[in-house]
Amino acid sequence: MTLLPETTEKKLGLVIDLDTCVGCHACVVSCKGWNTENYGAPLSDQDPYGGAPSGTFLNRVHSFEVTPKEGAAQLVHFPKSCLHCEDAPCVTVCPTGASYKRVEDGIVLVNESDCIGCGLCAWACPYGAREMDQAEGVMKKCTLCVDRIYNENLPEEDRQPACVRTCPSGARHFGDLGDPESEVSLLVAERGGMDLMPEQGTKPVNKYLPPRPRDAAIDILAPLLEPVATGPKGFLGWLDKALEKI
Amino acid sequence: MARVQPNVDTSPKVSDEVRQTTCYMCACRCGINVHMKDGKVAYIEGNKDHPVNQGVLCAKGSAGIMQVNAPSRLRAPMKRVGPRGSGEFEEISWDEALSLATDWLAPVRAEAPQKLAFFTGRDQSQSFTSYWAQAFGTPNYAAHGGFCSVNMAAAGIYTMGGAFWEFGQPDWDHTKLFMLFGVAEDHDSNPIKMGLGKLKARGAKVIGVNPIRSGYNAIADDWVGITPGTDGLFILALIHELMTAGKIDLDYLAHYTNAPVLVNEEDGSPEKGLFLRTTDGAPMVIDRNTGKPMPYDCEGIEPDLSGTLRIAGTTHRSVFQLMIDEYLDPRHAAENVARKVGIPATRIRAIAAELARVAFEEEIELPTPWTDFRGRTQQTMKGRPVSFHAMRGISAHANGFQTCRALHMLQILLGSVEAPGGFRFKPPYPKPAEAHPKPHCGVKPGQPLDGPHLGFVHGPDDLALDADGNPARIDKAFTWENPMSAHGLMHMVISNAHAGDPYKIDTLFMYMANMSWNSSMNTGGVMEMLTDQDENGDYVIPRIIYSDAYSSEMVAFADLILPDTTYLERHDCISLLDRPICEADAAADAIRWPVIEPDRNVKGFQSMLCELGARLDLPGFVNDDGSQKYADYADYITNHQRRPGIGPLAGWRGEAEDGGTGRGAPNPEQLDRYIENGGFWIKHIPEAAKYYKPWSNAYQDWAVETGIYDKPAPYLFQLYVEPMRKFQLAAEGVGERQPPDHLRGRLMRTMSPLPIWYDAAPDNLSASYPITALTQRPMAMYHSWGSQNAWLRQIHGHNPLYVPTKLWEEHKFTDGDWARVTSPHGEITVPVAHMAALNENTIWTWNAIGKRKGAWALDKDAPEATKGFLLNHLIHELLPAKGDGLRWSNSDPITGQAAWFDLKVRLEKVRAPAESQPAYPPQASPVGTGPGELKVKSKA
Repeated sequence: MTLLPETTEKKLGLVIDLDTCVGCHACVVSCKGWNTENYGAPLSDQDPYGGAPSGTFLNRVHSFEVTPKEGAAQLVHFPKSCLHCEDAPCVTVCPTGASYKRVEDGIVLVNESDCIGCGLCAWACPYGAREMDQAEGVMKKCTLCVDRIYNENLPEEDRQPACVRTCPSGARHFGDLGDPESEVSLLVAERGGMDLMPEQGTKPVNKYLPPRPRDAAIDILAPLLEPVATGPKGFLGWLDKALEKI
Repeated sequence: MARVQPNVDTSPKVSDEVRQTTCYMCACRCGINVHMKDGKVAYIEGNKDHPVNQGVLCAKGSAGIMQVNAPSRLRAPMKRVGPRGSGEFEEISWDEALSLATDWLAPVRAEAPQKLAFFTGRDQSQSFTSYWAQAFGTPNYAAHGGFCSVNMAAAGIYTMGGAFWEFGQPDWDHTKLFMLFGVAEDHDSNPIKMGLGKLKARGAKVIGVNPIRSGYNAIADDWVGITPGTDGLFILALIHELMTAGKIDLDYLAHYTNAPVLVNEEDGSPEKGLFLRTTDGAPMVIDRNTGKPMPYDCEGIEPDLSGTLRIAGTTHRSVFQLMIDEYLDPRHAAENVARKVGIPATRIRAIAAELARVAFEEEIELPTPWTDFRGRTQQTMKGRPVSFHAMRGISAHANGFQTCRALHMLQILLGSVEAPGGFRFKPPYPKPAEAHPKPHCGVKPGQPLDGPHLGFVHGPDDLALDADGNPARIDKAFTWENPMSAHGLMHMVISNAHAGDPYKIDTLFMYMANMSWNSSMNTGGVMEMLTDQDENGDYVIPRIIYSDAYSSEMVAFADLILPDTTYLERHDCISLLDRPICEADAAADAIRWPVIEPDRNVKGFQSMLCELGARLDLPGFVNDDGSQKYADYADYITNHQRRPGIGPLAGWRGEAEDGGTGRGAPNPEQLDRYIENGGFWIKHIPEAAKYYKPWSNAYQDWAVETGIYDKPAPYLFQLYVEPMRKFQLAAEGVGERQPPDHLRGRLMRTMSPLPIWYDAAPDNLSASYPITALTQRPMAMYHSWGSQNAWLRQIHGHNPLYVPTKLWEEHKFTDGDWARVTSPHGEITVPVAHMAALNENTIWTWNAIGKRKGAWALDKDAPEATKGFLLNHLIHELLPAKGDGLRWSNSDPITGQAAWFDLKVRLEKVRAPAESQPAYPPQASPVGTGPGELKVKSKA
């Protein structure tokens, strides 16, 4: 049993716009690349050229179909990584203290040297956001690129998580969700940002912006299509008058 | 347990060095930062300064490291030792490989250069490879455009002097309504995602027209799940509704299009349907100021859309009047097409009304004065903030050319092309069809070809026919069967070469195109053609040379393999002479350079061609003393001049310190300047020249300064494409050059100079095969290239056949079921999956995921080979027999574009076989298979 801090100075997290995400997996692979090279053990791949390839990813995109009662079915792309919960059950369940939540920014991390690979945290996480690295036997998870966001070896504009920097459609936003005036907090307020599975009581920091309504049946524009004349002859008459006015 | 918070190093060293080059994980050519550790590639991210991607990078781009480390990389030149197709090779030296190639090709060049067929697939160096082929003297050269999107490119260029993607883009910063046709997930990849992101951020509306609601269409505000192949009919209905309501931009049509140009209407005249021209050849219009006929480009005239002129007994009417006759006809009304396109009439009209509302009631104005080529100055730039984009989905049909033309006509009627908020060209476009070369096919033994291979025909006289009227090219491009085949027909090369029709060839030389697998129709048949032997036991296609960086399915069918490098080990130029990376606001070009050196005995394809060209003594590749002219491709890029002062790269020519104008003498330090600048050069278009480019004096002058043209070349958009009418006239019996009789009817029907729609479904036996089967390319995988990529294949490792709810229920499918899919040509048995967001009569799968066992260094039990599959087995290069004694090509009759998406099938539930069918025996892998685990971290 590991304790959570009572409060954190910041609540750094992601805001993911489901109205804009095209499901391209750019964030998935950029994350894989950065985190293979950086924090902790590399993200390994088993049977990478074989019959059942599998590997460690800290971020994956799932796709769901939604079939409304009226109108066409919709496809929603849903990127998912650790939500850096305020009441993170993955931390409290950890028997060694390897899982912890940082006081200064709220990021949930695994201290790999203390991780015994027991997997309790993955079991406790209701979001399936942790993956055991099969080569190293340690638990891997999103670090919110803790080794990018403060990294003085990177230009300031690049001090953001790899997934946010690479997202082609700008569907991923990073910031302090503890500050109600931050850009991400304002975006959440404006767009009705939501918690994932709030009933779990984990108080996730990451928020999702819901898709805007699709396929609105509008037919208020019909007057715009009033015919200007009847038949080609009539149309030519209209044309002459219209050209006079130009 | 008490809280103990460990110290984390939040500022680790990122890399030793960043090397900036150009991605090649797909065709988009984004700028990348390659982070190096200990001399090795450690991490790849987007280059924030790069015009194409501005820092973002897709899944493929970030996975480039797995492409560079892929076990499927070829290691050395190879000579076939087993039978063709077996994959059995021995490694040889480069000297032996190039000597062999020279021994094969030198006699071909000396005796009959056309017996070399040189086709270069997804080549990004076509201005170089075509130069090589021209020097060799064969007419048989093209890249992959014919089986990709030539309809989109050719229709765009014939209609408006530019097309989507590489030639232009929506005005993402101003558009308020964006309509996307037939683009699921790609082309172009990052820029469209970035653009959609901009639109979403400011709440602009996106309408997606696609039978499948995935990718970009998944985030469209409105989804139009159209019946495949009917886009043209739908677009013409939008045109009908907009014209009927007068919601078209009359001023724009009068000034910037050929709508006012006068057309001969005399029945039986050899000029019927042609333009009234001055003795100098300028099309004529009626000037509303004077009522007199005038050349279209006279200063100060007001061209009359409703002009009529009778001279010497012949009536001439404006193009616009022909359009009124054609498009106001009730057969185009929404209610008369609704059933066929699968969209209710009210919905079609609602979309037309939305286009009208945004174009004409949300007009924008930029406070920039501009002057057009007739001297008319306007104080502002008026904008119609409606934009469109389309790609293969509408073009890979037998009616694709006319459908693409219809879409451009819609854009133009709304006055939205090159207007703020609409669609904008990217330099070197705008460029009218007349400014492009015409095709050349003049062959002389031992001599170069008489000009560039590919181009734009303007009438029967420009066809590539020999003295007897037979096709001059092996792919039969630019013939009566497909007169406007601007990109050639790579997909017909193997079947024509095998059939010896129009003639036999000696050597098939291909680069970077997987023609024995996912890039061919009738894949099984093509494999047989490649291995077929004549009565003497000789291969029917005598010699095959192939160049690729990877162990693709095509490798096994070659006699000689010339291994290419990966994209991080080579020089390349993304040239203004070729497929540029320009933006609507700037001219730009870019390079690749070896950020790592190959650890194998491989050579960049283009460098290899410099050497092979010298060994063959090709003009342009040898010095006067016979020595090799260009040491490698980098030397060519730096020193070759196409015209004085114009070369492959436009930046830092001559002595320019600041990047230069685009013109100037070769600069030996040019590539160094590119590397210092992040791998690219950019020259911005001045504010006053940013819009209305085809007609803007300011843009035309800037383009001349930049080396894009040698003199200003303003032109009119061609709503009516007169060259098409010339082919109809020939079919009616006019002129010396006459089509064969069996093609007359089709030419008259399809070569309409105004966009039309015709139904390709009956030719594909839609009555018996009522379901359309499509493929899409996923965003995280490009063609076959991604299959070897350890990260990407975990995202798209196999490809179910997606089945819509109606068919799913009808066939009582459940999860895990398999289906037999039957077309008029063949059958496949494959796993199915349910998808609701899909046109109810369409099934689809991901493109090119299926693999043949033994290829790409994958294990034989890889899901790509056991559960993956290709639809290609169902598609034949010929249409089903019609009973007229002829076999018609499965392609667009205008351009020859492969009609992939006209495929019609039947579906039935079957017991699951052991693996997807058809299953082919494994090829031997010349590179073995990959490691069992990847656990790599570079040393900092």
